Amino acid sequence: MRNVLTVAGKELRAYFHSPIAYLVMTVYAAICGFVFYSSTAFFVIQSFRTQAMGGMGMPPISLNENIIRPILAGVVTVVLLFLIPLITMRLYAEEKRSGTIELLLTSPLTDLEIILGKFLGSLVLFAILEALTFIYFVVLFLYGNPNPKPLIANALGLLLYGAALLALGMWISTFTKNQIIAGAVGLAAFLLLYLLDWVTAYSNSTAGQVMSYLALTTHFDNFSKGVIQLSDVVYYLSVVLLGIFLTARSMEALKGRP
Amino acid sequence: MIEVEHLTKRYGPTLAVSDVSFNVQKGEVLGFLGPNGAGKTTTMRVITGFLPPTFGTVRVAGYDVTEEPLEAKRRTGYLPEAPPVYPDMTVDEYLAFVARIKGVPRREIKTRLDEVAEKCAVTDVRRRQIGKLSKGYRQRVGLAQALIHNPEVLVLDEPTAGLDPKQIIETRELIKGLAGQHTVILSTHILPEAAKTCQRVVVINAGKIVAVGTPGELTRRLQGYGTVLVTVEGPAAEIIERFQRVGGVNWVEPRDSSDGRVTLEVHSEKEKDVRAELARAVVESGWKLYELRTSGMSLEEIFLKLTTKDLSEEAAAGAQEAAN
Repeated sequence: MRNVLTVAGKELRAYFHSPIAYLVMTVYAAICGFVFYSSTAFFVIQSFRTQAMGGMGMPPISLNENIIRPILAGVVTVVLLFLIPLITMRLYAEEKRSGTIELLLTSPLTDLEIILGKFLGSLVLFAILEALTFIYFVVLFLYGNPNPKPLIANALGLLLYGAALLALGMWISTFTKNQIIAGAVGLAAFLLLYLLDWVTAYSNSTAGQVMSYLALTTHFDNFSKGVIQLSDVVYYLSVVLLGIFLTARSMEALKGRP
Repeated sequence: MIEVEHLTKRYGPTLAVSDVSFNVQKGEVLGFLGPNGAGKTTTMRVITGFLPPTFGTVRVAGYDVTEEPLEAKRRTGYLPEAPPVYPDMTVDEYLAFVARIKGVPRREIKTRLDEVAEKCAVTDVRRRQIGKLSKGYRQRVGLAQALIHNPEVLVLDEPTAGLDPKQIIETRELIKGLAGQHTVILSTHILPEAAKTCQRVVVINAGKIVAVGTPGELTRRLQGYGTVLVTVEGPAAEIIERFQRVGGVNWVEPRDSSDGRVTLEVHSEKEKDVRAELARAVVESGWKLYELRTSGMSLEEIFLKLTTKDLSEEAAAGAQEAAN
């Protein structure tokens, strides 16, 4: 465990020693800020209208359903498809390019300790990113009264979603010495996994349902509504385990080559 | 301390190392000599547990590197060809990180850091970012990294590559100072380096061991004859003619002549020292003797001989004989 934490600490420090952490955080905060402002402004107009109509013919509105949920399910999940490759692309690619992978692999560390350390380091950066989103939601508590309970499900869901992407991105980073390639392949893979859900629009066959089930964002739906469903938790945890397993396999292969 | 037995390593169809066996005794500095691409780095990577062997076993301090990798790695310090440093970290941060992953107890980290920084002469840059250091400093930080957990075995892959002459001398001194407390195996394709730092040399070419021995032994084994260089003032033709009559001399070759002085290469039978006879011949003939010295075959020449194809078989046979 000590070794895992040491590697995680090294990864985290590397993020903050380089511009990556600041770049990702800035982009993310700016997009979240813009979306938050827009949806809040829209919400205010809508609530005035609802009031003027006396609630007649208008659907009920709430801060959770009309601000928080669209931001998380509609925007944040998509933005992360682009930002997480930036976080994971360096995990192995940089070590391979600079030769430091030799240091790690000739140290008395198990492969799993290295993998978990790297994963944990990137997960902590992601948690910081996630915390930025929730700062905006805290503002809602100052001026309104959203229901705090769904937020727990939102936070857990987003963390699981991020963890799944990080694990896959880490695996992709083991393929190459080139960070840009690792990032681009990661992005392509994530987009594909996201778009799988579109199948449901035209196909209701078993294959269509399977593909929809595999899509990364479908499982975030319930979380965004404030519902924690075991099947969704299991889905994300399986993706995380799969990513870690594939990374371990990839590290084995790494040793067979010069 | 290091036992390599029948080590073979394949990369797909390419045979990088083929049936290599050798031992390194405790406290010894062993040089691993060969041209680029001979399999030096591959062998070292197997010893350090970075690559698994295709065939054969490697034991470090009694631990098989494939069976008990963690125990073996705990006792090995490794400096790869390119120092494995993180450019974003400061020297202190980096060494502290390496100390932790190598399993140095937490409370000893600070003292170990001070010790290796002192030993590798990086004390004055400890707070600087590694990426901003010169190549020489980076190499020394790499060496400090290999020493941080006070390993029994040190594996150094071309430790002086890319350094300036002064740094090379300093690094050699440092490595010599490590002998005794540590068992060192270092690779190089620069021959004088092996002669200067190593007690024993393993010459490898195209994945095979072609010779093993001390630098002196290698020289003697390969020389079929002795060579003496003589510089004399006098008539060249006469001198050559006179020298050929000296007992034990096989043939004489003029090398150089200037200002009436000629330099000759006198080749003699292997075990015969002809210097005294040559000196007498010069004096008796009334010529002036300016220089007289034996010229051993340089390691470069030996190396070329060993790694040139037709001769390498012969040398391998010689090495086999010596090993038996």
